[in-house]
Amino acid sequence: MPYPTDFKYTKEHEWIKSDGKNATIGITDYAQGSLGDIVFVELPKTGSEITAGKTFGSVESVKAVSDLYAPASGTVTEINSALATAPEKINQDAHSAWLMKITLTDPGELNSLLSAADYEKFVAEEGGH
Amino acid sequence: MPAVEATTLTVRKTALNGIHRQMGAKMVEFNAWEMPVEYPSAGGIIAEHNAVRTGVGIFDVSHMGDIRLAGPEALAAVQHISMNDASRLAIGQAQYSALLHPRGTFVDDVIVHRLGEDDYLLVINAGTREKDFNWVRDNTRQLNCKVENLSDDFTQIAIQGPKAVNLLQKLADANLSAVKFYWVTRGTVCGLKDILIARTGYTGEDGFEIYIPTDEATSARVWNEILEAGKEFGVVPCGLGARNTLRLESKLPLYGHEISDTINVWEAGLDRFCKMEKPDFIGHEALEKAKTEGLKRTLVGLEMVERGIARDGYKVLDDSGREIGYVTSGSPAPFLKRNIALAYVPPEFANVGSTVKVEIRGQGVKAQVVPTPFYKRPKKA
Repeated sequence: MPYPTDFKYTKEHEWIKSDGKNATIGITDYAQGSLGDIVFVELPKTGSEITAGKTFGSVESVKAVSDLYAPASGTVTEINSALATAPEKINQDAHSAWLMKITLTDPGELNSLLSAADYEKFVAEEGGH
Repeated sequence: MPAVEATTLTVRKTALNGIHRQMGAKMVEFNAWEMPVEYPSAGGIIAEHNAVRTGVGIFDVSHMGDIRLAGPEALAAVQHISMNDASRLAIGQAQYSALLHPRGTFVDDVIVHRLGEDDYLLVINAGTREKDFNWVRDNTRQLNCKVENLSDDFTQIAIQGPKAVNLLQKLADANLSAVKFYWVTRGTVCGLKDILIARTGYTGEDGFEIYIPTDEATSARVWNEILEAGKEFGVVPCGLGARNTLRLESKLPLYGHEISDTINVWEAGLDRFCKMEKPDFIGHEALEKAKTEGLKRTLVGLEMVERGIARDGYKVLDDSGREIGYVTSGSPAPFLKRNIALAYVPPEFANVGSTVKVEIRGQGVKAQVVPTPFYKRPKKA
């Protein structure tokens, strides 16, 4: 599965796509594969603040709860309401099934995130153990 | 001075481990056993679970333990160490039972099979193999009965679902329709003679468990032949993930969760498997006393009313947020499409319809007490 080159990635397997002011956040195909069937997504309310590196919600499979970590800081402007009733959309296409949209507090934070190539390498090493 | 390496607990593998890996199963450690939790090629936990409810699924359950009691006083031994009445068992019949501590709490739950005149097989949990064997042997020394640990002698495969009998019949010469639920027979399976075939399981569906030789080649061959023969019924391999969601929907207890050495028979609601008219079994006296004292907590079924999934260990609260109990097992229920849980609460909260809250990541989320089992398989026409 090729990772979109216009996304940036975290080691916690989130992706972020930004135009410099606003950003869309999701979890990667690798994440959905390791989780298995996703049955529940918990996201913050619109208007709330998220902080880079801190947890902002969770995604649950049948067996486990997984925290979601913010790739960047900002204010939540929109959440993907389809996921409340159809969380399996994330399994079907993790790179389209976005979780939420934010306005960025500090677009510079994205510079320290992984490129698609770096993330692919990271995932290959992680999956190999 | 060279650093001393920490010793690690050896993780054991069943004879089918190679096959599971070959099939791309996600492996997980369970009670020091490396077991498949789900098979992505089968569609994962939800697909595996629903295949068992509507068709057939197969499980490697070789990690379970087996203790044989045989000899002139085998029945007396079984009667002494377990709470159900094994004297009711005809040859070829099995019953759900439990081994209890003198204080009336659980050493383990068990299925007792009467294989012969004075010949009983106890099938016990994976994590309690050693503990149970030692306990059984120590508590039957005074009786003329041989106690053998046969846990490593079998590869055990469970075939579960409404189509299980159709599948296994293709591979077995015994007339399986003549074997009632919770009875056993012996027959040729996949060319192997004299195989123990039990109409038992842990899924709440009809099904069988077969006990075959433990060498890798035979085990793999039988596993593959079952999958081949089951293609027309949509058979899938199933892992521990589906095993847990299936038994939870059917309200079957799991040791360490609904039952443990700090929980007694009455609290766990297993009264009907505990024959107090049997005058002597370990735990009898304590259970008599506990009965007169009344229940302080009881096991109930919960269904989430508000959005959220109750999970093992989560606190149960009353409407005002006061802690009243805890969840023993909780998960989404794939077939029922609801989020369910089993929990210990004080008796005053146990009525069906009572509302409680489950604490999920700091928030009290509404749940309701519902009748159990959550799922009961339809009666065959």
